[in-house]
Amino acid sequence: MTENETKHTLDPNTWIDKYADYLFNYAVVRVNNNDIAKDLVQDTFFAGLKSAKNFEGKAAERTWLVAILKRKVIDYYRKINSKKGKAEVRMNFYEEGDNEGSWIEERVPQTWDNDADKMIETEELKTTIDQCIDKLPEKYALVFRMKTIQEFETEEICKELNITASNLWVIIHRARTQLRKCMEDNWFNN
Amino acid sequence: MAKFIISCDEATTICDKSQYGEATFFEKIKLNFHFLICKVCGLYSKQNAKMTNVYKMKANDCKKENRCLSTEEKEHLKKELQKIEA
Repeated sequence: MTENETKHTLDPNTWIDKYADYLFNYAVVRVNNNDIAKDLVQDTFFAGLKSAKNFEGKAAERTWLVAILKRKVIDYYRKINSKKGKAEVRMNFYEEGDNEGSWIEERVPQTWDNDADKMIETEELKTTIDQCIDKLPEKYALVFRMKTIQEFETEEICKELNITASNLWVIIHRARTQLRKCMEDNWFNN
Repeated sequence: MAKFIISCDEATTICDKSQYGEATFFEKIKLNFHFLICKVCGLYSKQNAKMTNVYKMKANDCKKENRCLSTEEKEHLKKELQKIEA
């Protein structure tokens, strides 16, 4: 029975103590909301229990649970996508027609007043950025956070969210343009 | 030559990409060519670098943070899980 010895087994009674924090961290960097992350972790454990009999012992317990959580996160993305998808389409920084691709007036960068002073790291600055990020459409905020704050690889984000690289860069560009404008109005020039 | 002429939209998209070190060589050439004829994008680029510093600061903060569930939350989870098992 040497084969059985290398097989992984499940021990649901120890799941929470062993994996809850790990899974929570995994979820929270992806959804950026503690409550949603908590729900996803709970759902993962439930789903794990329900399908425990299908566990073949090929992967380690944690890997198996992460795979379940991953699907839960993707389901969550799909949900916010379909909710917010329509609102995003008309969000456009540049005029159509003759001026297509050039700056519309209100988006043209303004010179920042004494920006050297304003770059000093303070809690206020951090709060202002958070507020600006929260104003972004949910999908933009998500992609921006994953790429810029969590520093995920482009490829990884594309795979998880099922978007192309050029799609990602358009989203990043729109997010950064909107953030720049928001920071200009609320921080640098206010 | 026409290949080198890009819109402000494209220029600033490349500019954003280069903030992550992921713009290609050809894209960088196009971008710098665009800067010669467009001051607005030049300013955008300068400010963009500053914004990148701000974001990096946020990223560092985020790394320091180790998020855990509280003991109560875990106890609650255990109870919920036991309900299912029963």
